[in-house]
Amino acid sequence: MKENFAISVRELTKRFNDFTAVNAITFDVKQGEIFGFLGANGAGKTTAMRMLCGLSFPTSGQAMVAGYDLYQDAEKIKKSIGYMSQKFSLYEDLTIRENIRFYGGIYGLSDHEIKTKTETLVHQLHLEEQVNKLVKSLPLGWKQKLSFSVAMIHQPKIVFLDEPTGGVDPVTRREFWTLIYEAASKGTTVFVTTHYMDEAEYCDRVSIMVDGRIDALDTPLELKRKFNAPSMEEVFVQLARKAKRAE
Amino acid sequence: MKQFLFFIQKEFYHLLRDKRTLFILFGMPVVQIVIFGFALTNEVKNSRIAILDQSKDEATASIIQQLEASQYFDIEKNLQSEADIEPAFREGKIKLVVVFPSQFQSTLLHTNSSPIQLIADATDPNVANTLTNYASAIILDYQNNIRGNQDFPYTIQTEMRMLYNPQMKGSYNFVPGVMAMVLMLVCAMMTSISIVREKEIGTMEVILVSPMVPLRVVIAKMVPYLLLSMINIGSILVLSVFALDVPIQGSLLLLVFECFLFTITSLALGLFISSITNSQQTAMLISLMGMFLPTIMFSGFMFPVENMPLPLQVISNIVPAKWFYYIVKAVMIKGLGFFSIWKETLILAGMTTMLMLISIKKFKTRLE
Amino acid sequence: MIAVKVDSVKKTFKAEKSVVTALQQINFDVSKGELFGLIGPDGAGKTTLFRILTTLMLADEGTASVDGFDVVRDYKEIRKRVGYMPGRFSLYQDLTVEENLSFFATLFNTSLEENYDLVKAIYQQIEPFKKRRAGALSGGMKQKLALSCALIHRPSVLFLDEPTTGVDAVSRKEFWELLRDLQKHQITIIVSTPYMDEASLCDRVALMQNGKIMEINSPKGITENFKKPLWAVRGENMYQLMQTLQASEAIDSCYPFGQYHHVTFTHAIPDSQAEIELAKIAPVLEVKKIPATIEDCFMELMRQ
Repeated sequence: MKENFAISVRELTKRFNDFTAVNAITFDVKQGEIFGFLGANGAGKTTAMRMLCGLSFPTSGQAMVAGYDLYQDAEKIKKSIGYMSQKFSLYEDLTIRENIRFYGGIYGLSDHEIKTKTETLVHQLHLEEQVNKLVKSLPLGWKQKLSFSVAMIHQPKIVFLDEPTGGVDPVTRREFWTLIYEAASKGTTVFVTTHYMDEAEYCDRVSIMVDGRIDALDTPLELKRKFNAPSMEEVFVQLARKAKRAE
Repeated sequence: MKQFLFFIQKEFYHLLRDKRTLFILFGMPVVQIVIFGFALTNEVKNSRIAILDQSKDEATASIIQQLEASQYFDIEKNLQSEADIEPAFREGKIKLVVVFPSQFQSTLLHTNSSPIQLIADATDPNVANTLTNYASAIILDYQNNIRGNQDFPYTIQTEMRMLYNPQMKGSYNFVPGVMAMVLMLVCAMMTSISIVREKEIGTMEVILVSPMVPLRVVIAKMVPYLLLSMINIGSILVLSVFALDVPIQGSLLLLVFECFLFTITSLALGLFISSITNSQQTAMLISLMGMFLPTIMFSGFMFPVENMPLPLQVISNIVPAKWFYYIVKAVMIKGLGFFSIWKETLILAGMTTMLMLISIKKFKTRLE
Repeated sequence: MIAVKVDSVKKTFKAEKSVVTALQQINFDVSKGELFGLIGPDGAGKTTLFRILTTLMLADEGTASVDGFDVVRDYKEIRKRVGYMPGRFSLYQDLTVEENLSFFATLFNTSLEENYDLVKAIYQQIEPFKKRRAGALSGGMKQKLALSCALIHRPSVLFLDEPTTGVDAVSRKEFWELLRDLQKHQITIIVSTPYMDEASLCDRVALMQNGKIMEINSPKGITENFKKPLWAVRGENMYQLMQTLQASEAIDSCYPFGQYHHVTFTHAIPDSQAEIELAKIAPVLEVKKIPATIEDCFMELMRQ
């Protein structure tokens, strides 16, 4: 496996009893790449993502994440990645400042670092006036942007985003993607799942999972050419309709 | 009607499919009876004691023999001198030392009285108290015996009599207590949780937006737990009669009726909790802290209400379990009839009606 | 014939120390048999509106009626004739598909057989799993089961609150096909969604934001109301291109849309000049004029 891959996966498999949730998937994600990880409900996305985050052990196969082996250094992996899910991980009953302080503390940032981080982050998101307000008083879109920034607080090499933009308005959604672009342009690898097919087109490369396997992996442009489809939505539908796995 | 019956059937599905909860609900009364009956009892059996007999005469031998013969004491060792007493306790196994002074019998015969010293390990005051009581009772027994044989006037006039519970059995007290606790848990907690769960998963919204009358929803929710509680009452009674030898002195019918009444009280409480909460977690906390704890604290089965400061005694009056506990004790253990408990029954019935009315009124036809 | 009428409905909630306006002055009508969409992000007020119409909440001001019945006075009548699928609706996870269905059928005093023709198309897809617990179904299947449950009593008006949230693109597509089919049975359907692309599948839509309806029209009418010429622009480095364009005075708006950015100019310029003008600002690979999408319109309305 080459060094400059942020994520490198070989024949990764996860079985639950006789059910193969993830079936020998193989792919590489380059450093600084925005990698879209698509699939129908139940195709095995979440299981695969959990393995890459070191939350669950594979049944077989190899994987390197941020330069660490999945089997031996799961704890080191956790230190070098950030994670944000749709059910954003902020505490609603803490203020913005307290949330940042808490997550900074978890990742072992010094008091000084937390202080400067808080300032830049709050400035970046234009939250100066709200910094001492409870998170639950924020609109959803701001929560999600804040949640993303907090997931990035320890400057992880890779950030995993699990359907980060569900339910937000189109303008905020785009602002959110601007944050993703910015992170990627600074060298962070972004691994993202989404149900919005137009968002798939923002990714550098996209993989589509069907029944536990990766059925397609390429740039959005190339995928559309290959499947002779006008949009990623069409590509996705063509692939996912082939799914046999009855859920 | 079909609508209503199907709703109840659905509730049973929920109940029967959650094997773990079901096991706890049915297992809990049995486990509590067993724990309270055998493990946590106030009775102290086979305690190790030591004897320091400085007299070694007929009288002391007779008393020692009776101590030995009782199921409460095992004589672990015979001490030689007063200096041995401390080390015997230090070892930790000896709970009580009985000290006979020298020339015990002759002193008794000549001066009409002779002291016996009972030294107990009071690190556990309850145990110490019980043990000294047992020992005094045995000694008293002996004194009564010799009075019967010979006509001497040197007996000590103390009388001990245990009302209703001659063997001072702990079970008599806690069986009604466990009944109150189990009913509170099963009915109040489970009913409130099952209603709040429907709020959480969104099905309550759909049920509200249906022709089903809210009152029926409430009753349908209660039926399975009512049934479950009656089964639990049955198993508690069977266990207490056959395993703990606590007989039902009064009318079984009356007892079952009172249990039924208290079950309705608990269900009404559960309904009330569900109407003021929106998450299963809160419902559970309120049931535990607001219902279960007062049941233990104020019903009188763990701590006698008479010994509490006046304000707490007043508070205890609003705890339904207190009245239930009183009633069950009266019917089951004292064997009293309805005429002795009608006042308490009325109070309980009043509380139930009020709770039921408030909660049904609070059970909303809308979300706000 | 009008199936749902909403007249000056207002609703506020008391939060800590402040009052949140969930709905301000909402007005609209939905005709019988129409497929009407409420399009807007979370927090737009869609759920509150649904709850008022399904008689679960009372409006502060204004009136509303469903099937000619007032939502306050005749709430019992309405509850007999509407179908409702709340947001995040999850059914009884510990009951099987069949049991869930028959529970909701009896709740409305009916049976699966009675209205089989209506739910047939949907039920046939989930029938193979009828003995399975609802908790073990996939997202798409759950959603179909929930729809069957909401339809089982042949409601005259069907309220679906974000039925497709968190569901993959294929299941979403299938779900909308089912809704289209239902229209044949003369059922009025009001559906809410945060996915803008689903708007085009409705007969008419209301675009909602912050408790207000910004526009009500047919999807076509809405996109036609987008007056400015819209350009799709592609460049080598899309992120840089967007930053440069957004910073430029000559550009009114620039939003990323998949592999293109959608761009409007501040001042009207001839179509033939567009590519030249853009090239002056930033290096571009491709420029083409495109019709606006609902999402373009929504963002334009949000700016106003």
